[in-house]
Amino acid sequence: MKKGQLYSIFVERESVFGLLKAFMAVLFSLVVVGVILLLTGYKPLPVFGSLFDGAFGSLRRVGESLVSTTPLIFSSLGFLVAYRCGLFNIGLEGQITVGGIAAAFFGYALPTMPPILHVTICILAGALAGGFWGFIPGYLKAKFGVHEVIGVIMLNNIAFKIAAYLVSMNGPMKDRVDAMPASPFIKESARIVRIIPGTRLHWGIFLAIVTAFVLSIYLFKTRSGFKIRAVGKNRYAAEALGISVRKNIILALALSGALGGMAGAVEILGVHYRLFAAFSPGYGFDAIAVALLGMVHPIGVLASAYLFGILRSGSILMQATFGVNKDMVSVITGVIVLFMGMSAPIGVLVKNRINRKSHGSIH
Amino acid sequence: MDLFIKLFSVSIFASTLRIATPLILAALGGCMSERSGVINIGLEGMMLMGAFTAVVGSFLFGPWVGLLMGVCAGGLMGLLHAFMSVTLGANQIISGTAINIIAVGIPNILVPVIWPGHFGISPTVPVIPELRIPFLADIPVIGRIFGKQNPVVYMALILVPLIHFLLFRTRLGLRIRSVGEHPRAADTLGVNVYRMRYIAVGISGLLAGLGGSFLSICYQSQFSASMTAGRGFIGLAAMIFGRWSPVGALLACLLFGFADAFQAGAQAAGVPIPPDLMLAFPYVLTLIALVGLLGRTAMSPAANGKHYQKG
Repeated sequence: MKKGQLYSIFVERESVFGLLKAFMAVLFSLVVVGVILLLTGYKPLPVFGSLFDGAFGSLRRVGESLVSTTPLIFSSLGFLVAYRCGLFNIGLEGQITVGGIAAAFFGYALPTMPPILHVTICILAGALAGGFWGFIPGYLKAKFGVHEVIGVIMLNNIAFKIAAYLVSMNGPMKDRVDAMPASPFIKESARIVRIIPGTRLHWGIFLAIVTAFVLSIYLFKTRSGFKIRAVGKNRYAAEALGISVRKNIILALALSGALGGMAGAVEILGVHYRLFAAFSPGYGFDAIAVALLGMVHPIGVLASAYLFGILRSGSILMQATFGVNKDMVSVITGVIVLFMGMSAPIGVLVKNRINRKSHGSIH
Repeated sequence: MDLFIKLFSVSIFASTLRIATPLILAALGGCMSERSGVINIGLEGMMLMGAFTAVVGSFLFGPWVGLLMGVCAGGLMGLLHAFMSVTLGANQIISGTAINIIAVGIPNILVPVIWPGHFGISPTVPVIPELRIPFLADIPVIGRIFGKQNPVVYMALILVPLIHFLLFRTRLGLRIRSVGEHPRAADTLGVNVYRMRYIAVGISGLLAGLGGSFLSICYQSQFSASMTAGRGFIGLAAMIFGRWSPVGALLACLLFGFADAFQAGAQAAGVPIPPDLMLAFPYVLTLIALVGLLGRTAMSPAANGKHYQKG
């Protein structure tokens, strides 16, 4: 393998600047939150300290931050596949939800069997369900021109209502014994084994990391991955090369949904062991920020997913000690998205200005 | 038959109008923004910020000041979106998403700061009372639908022809549309593309803010964390269904409003369908409605979603 080839599986050329950009985005978001903290009467440094302590203070806390890293990796990989095809899948939360429904169902409904088999069936079921939930907006876009953003948002809400219905009072998946609106617990054999006793950290994280590498190879080293990226880069050029835009739109969204479904499945099989409504605390929406911060590259996403895992679990201690609402993290998320969204064009603006200075006006 | 009468009573049409109001305002906001070439999926967040600010304003200074503040908050979010997507040329969908994420966070942070002990839900605040229109209210059926509604409901209904007039009958409207169809040509003719987009997206934010304020200080009397519940997005879908025209959007919003009022009425009447599934009905209807547009999707403004770089 030539040196250049290896390069693109791990990083792309733009990523060198991207890394700097990502670093600045995080810094900028912390400054914004620091200002908000000051304005609302908190001292920023101790609050950030507790955020840090909440993520690294003990083995249990380190484990917990990796627990939320796992679904974040899957869901942001999902976002990235669609994004590489020029599509904006903000429906991952719904795809996570249906993935969780499927995994939970096969987790308790199937008889006990060898764990490897049972877990595999459940994860595949989750991926299929999520994939189907991604296929619908893909099909609607390719066939009817329904904008994927509108499509997935409607499907998000439909998925939430279905999940709520399934575990509601007389819902078909409601546990008959427990009063809680939740499904029965999944069988022992369907549970993903935990790595560190005393934490909820489970082997799903390795599956997530492996998936990231597989996806990287798929996107950058296979014909099919190339087609998806070609459609995303330039729809018309791809069409001219004989690449079916419609087919790839459907494929990318279905794949994206399948990864979201895996996030939901792994969350149910490794963490909750049962289905309840809104079991995902917004991993599908965080996926947007995670993917953008990770420079929409599968390997970059691994790092940024961990960062968001840290923020998520750190914010719990932050809220407990200082009473700072843990939604402060969503401001960090939003600012990072804003920054990543605007820093690229700023770069272009600056470059244009420099060009204009050295060459005179372009036009 | 009994059920039928219950479901199609006059009151269901009155509540259709109430439910459609925030959707209409969001859809009008979508019309303004997208006619100028800027996709605005941040409508949801702008509504939520409007709803929150209106409650704060109503708590401090009374409901009418609250309404004004809510509208302005929406407008400010609109300007943020314009700054991001027009001046900086950020991806319009990313910018809108960021606004939606931030708009969920900020109210949740501020609620316990403003009202200690409250989390995610504000205390109840004064609301804008319903307005009874003297002669209209006395007409038998129509009077019961249109005669006694919240002032903001009337505002939304009046804004539909107003926005239509603005977009299709004024110089400003012509410029806004020209910027959405062919910014380069408009620029050549001396139209300030950026200014037009700022105006349009700003108005879009004001309308969304009004829609959000309606939710929090008219329809309900408090702020809660996810009270917009996707209405900004449904408004956006309604605008597409209404083919980027205010009147079309109005009709689409009334359809969705009816779907929602119908499911609420059906639940109250005891139709044996699980309530959670009934709640999904408006979203399913939205999808079906959009699919019904088969082959007519080339109606969007030609430069919609495309950044324009001044040359």
